[in-house]
Amino acid sequence: MSDEIKVGAYICKGCGLGDRLDCGQLATIAEREGKANLVREHDFLCNAEGVAMIQNDIDNEGVNKVMIAACSRRSKNDAFNFDNVAISRGNLREGVIWTRPDTDEARETTQEMAADYVRMGCQEIKYMALPHANEEAASNNNLLIAGGGIAGMTAAIEAAAAGYPVTIVEKSGQLGGGAAFEYKRIPESAPYAELEDNGVAGMVAKIEGDSKITVHLNSTITKTSGAPGRFSADISTESGSTSTGNFGAIIMASGARNYDANQLPELGYGKTPDVVDQTGLEKLAVEANGGPIKRPSDGKVVENVVFVQCAGQRSTQEGHLPYCSGHCCLTSIKQAMYFKDQNPEVDTNIIYTDLRTPGAGGEDFYRSGQQKGITFTKGTVSEVTAGSNGPEVKFNDLILDQEVNESADLVVLATGQIPNSGVDVDAPEPEEGAPEVSVDSILNLTYRQGKDLPHLKYGFNDSHFICFPYETRRTGIYSAGPVRRPMDMAQAKEDATGAALKAIQALENAKLGRAAHPRSGDLSFPNFRKEGCTQCKRCTVECPFGAIDEDEERYPQFNEARCRRCGTCMGACPVRVISFDNYSVETVGQQLKNVDMPDEFDEKPRILVLACENDAYPALDMAAQNGNHYSPYARVIPVRCLGSVNTIWVTDALNSGYDGIVLMGCQKGENYQCHFVKGSEIAHTRMSKIDDTLESLSLEKERVATYEVAITDIERAPQLINDMAETVEKVGMSPFKF
Amino acid sequence: MTDANQQMVEQYRNNFLREVEDNVEEGGWVKMCMQCGVCSGSCPLGPHWDHPPQELFMMIRAGKRDEVLQSSSMWMCTSCYNCIVRCPRELPITHIMHGLAHYAKRLGIAPKNQPTHKFAQLFWNNLTKTGRVNELKLGLALYFMNGISEGIKTSLKMKDVGLGMMMTKRLSPMELIGGHKCKDTSGLQAILKKAEELEAARIPVAGK
Ligand code: SF4
Ligand code: SF4
Ligand code: SF4
Repeated sequence: MSDEIKVGAYICKGCGLGDRLDCGQLATIAEREGKANLVREHDFLCNAEGVAMIQNDIDNEGVNKVMIAACSRRSKNDAFNFDNVAISRGNLREGVIWTRPDTDEARETTQEMAADYVRMGCQEIKYMALPHANEEAASNNNLLIAGGGIAGMTAAIEAAAAGYPVTIVEKSGQLGGGAAFEYKRIPESAPYAELEDNGVAGMVAKIEGDSKITVHLNSTITKTSGAPGRFSADISTESGSTSTGNFGAIIMASGARNYDANQLPELGYGKTPDVVDQTGLEKLAVEANGGPIKRPSDGKVVENVVFVQCAGQRSTQEGHLPYCSGHCCLTSIKQAMYFKDQNPEVDTNIIYTDLRTPGAGGEDFYRSGQQKGITFTKGTVSEVTAGSNGPEVKFNDLILDQEVNESADLVVLATGQIPNSGVDVDAPEPEEGAPEVSVDSILNLTYRQGKDLPHLKYGFNDSHFICFPYETRRTGIYSAGPVRRPMDMAQAKEDATGAALKAIQALENAKLGRAAHPRSGDLSFPNFRKEGCTQCKRCTVECPFGAIDEDEERYPQFNEARCRRCGTCMGACPVRVISFDNYSVETVGQQLKNVDMPDEFDEKPRILVLACENDAYPALDMAAQNGNHYSPYARVIPVRCLGSVNTIWVTDALNSGYDGIVLMGCQKGENYQCHFVKGSEIAHTRMSKIDDTLESLSLEKERVATYEVAITDIERAPQLINDMAETVEKVGMSPFKF
Repeated sequence: MTDANQQMVEQYRNNFLREVEDNVEEGGWVKMCMQCGVCSGSCPLGPHWDHPPQELFMMIRAGKRDEVLQSSSMWMCTSCYNCIVRCPRELPITHIMHGLAHYAKRLGIAPKNQPTHKFAQLFWNNLTKTGRVNELKLGLALYFMNGISEGIKTSLKMKDVGLGMMMTKRLSPMELIGGHKCKDTSGLQAILKKAEELEAARIPVAGK
């Protein structure tokens, strides 16, 4: 095939476009201004005949770049899906006729809008190329799992069942994690009323009998390098011997450990052996093995036990856990049943502030506990003391509003889970002289951005918990189980199954050189022009996914398979040497420079809207579908992530006479919804510095506004554009229209 | 052991809950309450109760035997069924209220001067005497429930209503002497006596 570029521009007249717009004029624009080599109009472009027409041009007319001016790029992807050609879309339906009223007065500005989108589409396609094959593509079917607890074992069993070889690395001498020490488990099947065996033995047997699963006990991962499809990991035993394995993807299931109950002397822990934590009670139950449970101090059979919920949890007190560990209410019900099932005469009192029983069977299990006569008391425990006959619990009954002293044979503290998430790679450098806290890394990644998965809050792995729970910020490494968020056994199993599937997906994508979520299937990746790079390192720092290392000469070194194609590096680069074949500083820059810019006295301002393709752009499309109109002066360009917005676009837009600029990304911060986790946040920071640029041009600050927009903002998103139109009316037209 | 100690040992144990389960109509449901408070919020008379249903249920679980059984609260229930309809745990709350009242009454510790309690007794006495409710006597008994002077005052106040009812033959002054009755009064008495025996055998009253 020759390298000659041949652009085919196709203008659809269906869906009312032909009635509302002068499509002949648009065709002329595509030809004269867009310089398309071939321009065609069609009454119904997405029907079989329209699609065949385009395919015929590709096959027989040598068209290798296709510009389709029709509906939104989010519509009709199945129809407009042509192999081996680059495709751009001009959004005339949702972006123009549906955002504008069908009136005579609106006709002129609506047509101008459409004309601009045709110009923009023609420019974009000119600078777009078909992504070329990624040389980094690598194939490896092996999965590495850090941790052999419930989550790790489940992931291994599930992945092996799907045909993928698995290696489990477990730090301790046995599989099963904490669950192995539990007497019984919370029921996992209907009617969720009776306790079940902990199930660990069965899982271990399954693993031992599965030739696809290799287990390394007493071992840790001492080094991990590479990328999806080509990870390499050193597995070291306690005795010091190390073996190296190659893996396609990794699951981090390093679980959680117990909160140290010694920090709760006010609740009697350490003051009398008859105050235990939940793990301590499991031990007593295992010892009793179905017989009456005896208290540790003197072996007296327990006739009366009090459970203190939220011990050292959900509390703002220093040294306590601020969060809810999610499983401990269910666990206390389970443990109270140990007593009730053995002897219904034993008094069991669970003192809670809010009883939380998540999961499908949670409520049924709670009811079952009530049926069995467990007393549930809403109250707050202030103190547990070692009395002469046994521990005494002082609490406030919140329903009866009374102070109570209850004596018991045994007190169980429901303490929380602390994730084993390794090193906090974002932690600020410790102050000089501060005592060194050494934390063992779980993965020992050789990545420039640190040894482990980044944390979000309270030490739990950052894993996009709002929308895509398994996606961490290290591509091809998935986290599952309580290292990600607090959870119980049943939830950990579900979690691990999901993570196993995601890991398989990731290694399969890596084989084809395709991106993982959220641009799954995308073949483009960052091209880096080393000659121009000033080694400022912004890209390596800002990449939300740690995809960029440094080579020996301290130049950024891209690991394509680790890249999620968000373009944050492209947005960060001050010398603009990073681009994608089909998305670059030029593909957007040329669009915004090629709109028709009426002069200052025309009273027709221009507002540039850069909208995140994940949420903001769909929100605008949906707004249009709902008939929510916005200013005809807006020109909307979708971006991969607000993080990919290079400030040069803003500067160029201001210099070419735009009167206002609106940037729309996803929610940032702790409860982020940004599909690329950090992109929106980084963009907001970048844009907060745009004031200098505005000042140097003597332009008003209000002309650039950055917003967090949710996909549901179908009224607010158009309103934000209209607000900018109003602002422009107030501050006046830009003087930069040449 | 002192009283306080006694109390400390007995609180939040299952013993009173068991007693309620064994003796109170629908008492087995008390342990299923999840303390959401919807019943208390739904009861039209709730604000006037000493202890709305949710609280009564917690008191039972906390072992507050005397306070519960001597309470006037469950006597306040008007059987509107709002709570039953709304309880997410489907407790037959109305029935439990009457069950508790009934049990307290049988134990002889129901509050003596609680008006509903008093009226219920008057009604029972009136009905069981002849097998027919004597409305005139029942009405007057109700007026004089709290003494002669209040009775006279109430009677005078209600005089016109009474006369009106007589004019329309809704009330017969003849009822004052004897009044109508069922065919076999002594047979009825025998039935009631037997029923009482049967019930006593079925539900042993704790402590008796
Ligand atoms: S595109 Fe995004 S994920 Fe890829 S290297 Fe750049 S910043 Fe990192
Ligand atoms: S992170 Fe935010 S700005 Fe980036 S793609 Fe997601 S929603 Fe858009
Ligand atoms: S509504 Fe039902 S569950 Fe809620 S407090 Fe009342 S009785 Fe209990």
